[in-house]
Amino acid sequence: MQGCYLAASVLFILGLRGLTKPDQAQRGMQMAAIGMLLAIVGTLWHQDILTYQWIIAGLIIGSIIGYPLGKFVPMTAMPQRIAFSHMFGALAATLVGVAEFWHSYHENIPIGGAKMAALGFEVLFGSLTVTGSFMAFGKLQEFITGRPVTFKGQNFVNLVLFAAAIGCFGYLIYDSTNMTVFFTMIAIAFVIGITMVLPIGGADMPVVVSLLNSYAGLAAAATGFAIGNNVLIICGALDGASGFILSIIMSKAMNRSFANVLFGAFGSGGGAVSAKSSAGLTVRSISPEDAAVQLGYASKVIVVPGYGMAVAQSQHAVRELAELIEKKGGEVKYAIHPVAGRMPGHMNVLLAEANVPYDRMYDMDEINAEFASADVALVIGANDVVNPAAKNDPGSPIFGMPILNVSDAKHIIVMKRGMSAGFAGIENELFYDEKTSMLFGDAKASLTKLVGEVKTLE
Amino acid sequence: MTGNYIISLYVFVLAGFVGYLLITRVPPLLHTPLMSATNAISGISLVGSLVAAGGKFGTVSTILGFIAVICATTNVVGGFIITDRMLGMFKRTEKPTESVTVSKNA
Repeated sequence: MQGCYLAASVLFILGLRGLTKPDQAQRGMQMAAIGMLLAIVGTLWHQDILTYQWIIAGLIIGSIIGYPLGKFVPMTAMPQRIAFSHMFGALAATLVGVAEFWHSYHENIPIGGAKMAALGFEVLFGSLTVTGSFMAFGKLQEFITGRPVTFKGQNFVNLVLFAAAIGCFGYLIYDSTNMTVFFTMIAIAFVIGITMVLPIGGADMPVVVSLLNSYAGLAAAATGFAIGNNVLIICGALDGASGFILSIIMSKAMNRSFANVLFGAFGSGGGAVSAKSSAGLTVRSISPEDAAVQLGYASKVIVVPGYGMAVAQSQHAVRELAELIEKKGGEVKYAIHPVAGRMPGHMNVLLAEANVPYDRMYDMDEINAEFASADVALVIGANDVVNPAAKNDPGSPIFGMPILNVSDAKHIIVMKRGMSAGFAGIENELFYDEKTSMLFGDAKASLTKLVGEVKTLE
Repeated sequence: MTGNYIISLYVFVLAGFVGYLLITRVPPLLHTPLMSATNAISGISLVGSLVAAGGKFGTVSTILGFIAVICATTNVVGGFIITDRMLGMFKRTEKPTESVTVSKNA
């Protein structure tokens, strides 16, 4: 059994290593899947397992639920699917913790301080991830408002809840036989999960989802400590590290500290700060015909996709347009901001689904210098990540956030449904830039028109 | 007993370190697959769930374990399938083949 676990751990690490190279990634994940199979088969020989009917039933039901969740969920729904599945993972860890506690309690097996600490961490992280993920899922699926929900004294309430949970935790380490305190702690953690995610706006979801990923991993690691299982500890540590690193990368990409994302309730008071109004500025709109001419004869086009592209389901039309431009001798690259979309790397997946080769997709750092040599920058449904206010308006709530240097391009075409502000709720000067032309309308409809127009050129 | 926890702590810290070294090298291109992969791997709680569901620890443990097995299996099966599906989409510049059904998303 330990042999299986060791092999599984090695395979998981190799699997993650595969993800560092796009062309090896798929094979890497297949190795990780084999590792998982080994770990499961190995566990079935565990000396404590006496009956198999519940195990088999659980495995079958889980596979029946899991299969469609893996096979049929559209790529645009990826962020909510991940949040949803964090919920499952964390729930499993929590239940194992509760079962362990319950069993020890009723058989009068003393739980030592170290074990209680592990169990405590397990159920704490587990239960707050369950409700936190559910809230994130709700916000992404939009049955809970994506706007930050705030009330007076919110941070104080959170602090009190947090202190109460820590208090329960401390008491349990001192006296691990108190069932009431144990369940009170779980209940508080459930509430913390809700109050923690409630004030966070939709645009900050990449950070939240990454953080919940980390918590789910830590809950698994704590399970490993509690039941003395190394493969759980290793996997949990890998997940915890992954989620944590991703949330830091995301926070950096928004030029905000962790604490600011978690307690800042972005966008609630931000709108008023940026006093620069659009009064007196004019917006040039452009017809699809003219836009098509610009694009058709451009030698270098950089496409900047944002969440709007995903909403309009226009990835395929983008690729079609790019192919036409390439056929006419132009070069097309995609510039992807770290926080474009609703989770890290979301845009890359959507473009890849539309058959855009991954070697055309560039990170912000790789491509920012190239905007100066681009004839046209085509912004599709992106807003805050191209807002020059981040560079030159110290009063703006997004000041200091690294952005794509779209305004360096010779021409900028912005595809947008209307003049509404982005998720951060602030005006975008880029739209009033004299090099900018706005192409209003649904991104998919506009792109389809553009494709048609480019085809008729020459 | 405490000695075991110290060893566990070693394992945890070292694995976290390996994770840090590996994950900082994953390009932003693959951050979504990375997340769904670690999500699938976190379904390893299945290992703990199996013991709870199959052991003779009383009815409550069995029921809780049973639900946990369902949840964790959902994670493992769904997570690996969707990661594989996603990674299969990442292709280099070559003859782009039209294989993705557009109608599904429309």
